[in-house]
Amino acid sequence: MSNSTIEEHQKFLSEHFGISTTPGQFTVALAGNPNVGKSTVFNALTGLHQHTGNWPGKTVDNAQGSFTYLDRSFLMIDLPGTYSILAHTVEEQVARDFICFGKPDATLVVLDATCLERNLNLALQVMEITPKIIVCVNLIDEAEKKNIKIDISALQKDLGVPVVATAARNGKGLDTLRQKLYEMSTGLCTPAPRQINYSSEVENAIQQLLPKVSRLIGSNLNPRWVALRLLDGDKAFINSISQYLDFDLHSTRLQEVAV
Amino acid sequence: MSAAIKPMITLEEICTEAEKIRLSNPDLGDKIVSDIYQNAEMIAGPAVSKNSTDSRSWDHKLDDVLTSRLFGYPIMFALLSVIFWITIAGANVPSQMIADTLFAFQDQLLIWFELAGAPSWLTGILVLGMFRGLAWVIAVMLPPMAIFFPLFTLLEDLGYLPRVAFNLDNMFKKCRACGKQILTMCMGFGCNAAGVVSCRIIDSPRERLIAVLTNNFVPCNGRFPTLIAIATIFMGGMVVSELQIAVASLVVTSLVVLGIFVTFAVSWALSHTLLKGEASSMVLELPPYRKPQLGAIFYRSLIDRTIFVLKRAIIMAAPAGAITWMLANIYIEEISIIGYLAAWLQPFAYAIGLDGFILLAFILGLPANEIVMPILLMCYLSTGQMMEFGTLEELRDILINNNWTWLTAVCTMLFCLLHWPCTTALLSAYKETGSKKWTFLTFLIPTVIAFIVCFIVAQSARLLNLV
Repeated sequence: MSNSTIEEHQKFLSEHFGISTTPGQFTVALAGNPNVGKSTVFNALTGLHQHTGNWPGKTVDNAQGSFTYLDRSFLMIDLPGTYSILAHTVEEQVARDFICFGKPDATLVVLDATCLERNLNLALQVMEITPKIIVCVNLIDEAEKKNIKIDISALQKDLGVPVVATAARNGKGLDTLRQKLYEMSTGLCTPAPRQINYSSEVENAIQQLLPKVSRLIGSNLNPRWVALRLLDGDKAFINSISQYLDFDLHSTRLQEVAV
Repeated sequence: MSAAIKPMITLEEICTEAEKIRLSNPDLGDKIVSDIYQNAEMIAGPAVSKNSTDSRSWDHKLDDVLTSRLFGYPIMFALLSVIFWITIAGANVPSQMIADTLFAFQDQLLIWFELAGAPSWLTGILVLGMFRGLAWVIAVMLPPMAIFFPLFTLLEDLGYLPRVAFNLDNMFKKCRACGKQILTMCMGFGCNAAGVVSCRIIDSPRERLIAVLTNNFVPCNGRFPTLIAIATIFMGGMVVSELQIAVASLVVTSLVVLGIFVTFAVSWALSHTLLKGEASSMVLELPPYRKPQLGAIFYRSLIDRTIFVLKRAIIMAAPAGAITWMLANIYIEEISIIGYLAAWLQPFAYAIGLDGFILLAFILGLPANEIVMPILLMCYLSTGQMMEFGTLEELRDILINNNWTWLTAVCTMLFCLLHWPCTTALLSAYKETGSKKWTFLTFLIPTVIAFIVCFIVAQSARLLNLV
């Protein structure tokens, strides 16, 4: 990114999300279901360098914390704990909008090892929006106690993004987590996130919309994902597009935003 | 530009087209969600292997006890009593130590002021007003908070609080409110302002308003020390000293239970009148029991909460101490301003079992409940300043010399539990509801209830010649 776009992006983050970064600081979004130990991961990584605010215009807490790894500073944004990001609640909307329009340098999705399947839904949804995702399988110690074994490398291969097993309460796996966040943010790691296979009727509907959506939004967002949101009849998303992308129902192409 | 060649497209056109496709496949949205689930299943299946054991059974068994119809409530009540007992028993010694230190320093301050030749009114405002009010708040407030908060956070960390929510969910449903309201009440124990803010966890706006409007019936840490002190002096004073703390904790627990009962009653009334509606369904997850992280608990509850609440108390207590000293020491024809105000409030206060000074202290304590007791003591001591009382015994003498009876104590505790929220809580309510009307109701409902309850108690006691 050139300096001017970095400044623009900083301004964008503070205006729309109430987040102030220092120059050269990476932003990391932290997502996860409720009760998966997300705050433990947040606290373990950021220690006491945290503060809580509000998402602009929303009555939802916005916790931010920073940490340093290999001389690079990271600002971690703790998103509200949600089961999905299909924007059914204000919290889901906040989480979705930040991942989608805040363009974090990496998104960390925390999953509960003891009920991986239910938690994977959220990870798959995030992977449709951004490729820069790291999956953290937390509470791995509790899973072991319950005799649940998780094949991390198979999971990593299947998902196409880094997967790290952690027991954040005891600090297990956190170093690897920092390293992966660093690699993802600096571009050392090139993820190829697995995309969701939809059934034929959904796929047909996507194909009908896709050419036009692609032409309209260019490279700003994943066109497949945008098409899906429109097919969902997601009104909140259309509002978000106009809010974050200087774009209204009658524009014919997207303004280039700082990415 | 490519758009010159291709026909222009707008977002609106695409939305219209998407709408058409949706109308022809009405269950497309559901299909998308179920496809996501299926993908998750396909990925998780091969990666996860389970050896079924009955290792989960112990926590299931524990849940069966903690959330049982028979034992659920008694266990909650017992735990609450134990927490108060530890708080009251443990706070005595450090309170005493802090008080000794601070009042010793005050004597030193007085000597310095005298040496510096400061006028007596300045010494009065700064030392006898501000410093003394502050010392009182710190000595009486800090130890209970430093004990109560970590204990409460411990329960939270263990995973017990969600079980409490589970137990009470049915009661809330009957009041057509949300089960998560109990979690906002738990936050209220720390600080009602924080409790009001935590009402955000409730999704339905109607149920959220009910939680905001009733949060104040949980006594916050600004009111605990007052309740604890009066309970220890008057209720505990009736029994042998070994049982004093136990009786005091039971009294405080009963008051909390009364507050919870009032919460239910008001919630029920609201959802049948102003906020009509049915209880919405919600999924309440019982997270697994976890080993608590003692270090983190200690740090977070001390730094995050205790220091935060204390800072607020100090910001409020110092100016309030100065103002009270002035009001108590500015005389208009033989009577201080405070005397006038209290005399004017007296008939009204007497009807609800208090006296003019107590009601005045509650009114002046609007910025923060922490300062109600210090103000009251300043008012009582004719010198217009607080005496150095080292023990609760001396405090008791002050109150009895000012004609306190057991009825005054009961009504003061009831009023303290039920009266209006402090300004910070009201401001939070305004921020959360965004409406002056609901904020005013947040003030009005507790106020009216406090007056009615105290009036009934006081009048009945007098009619029955119990006083």
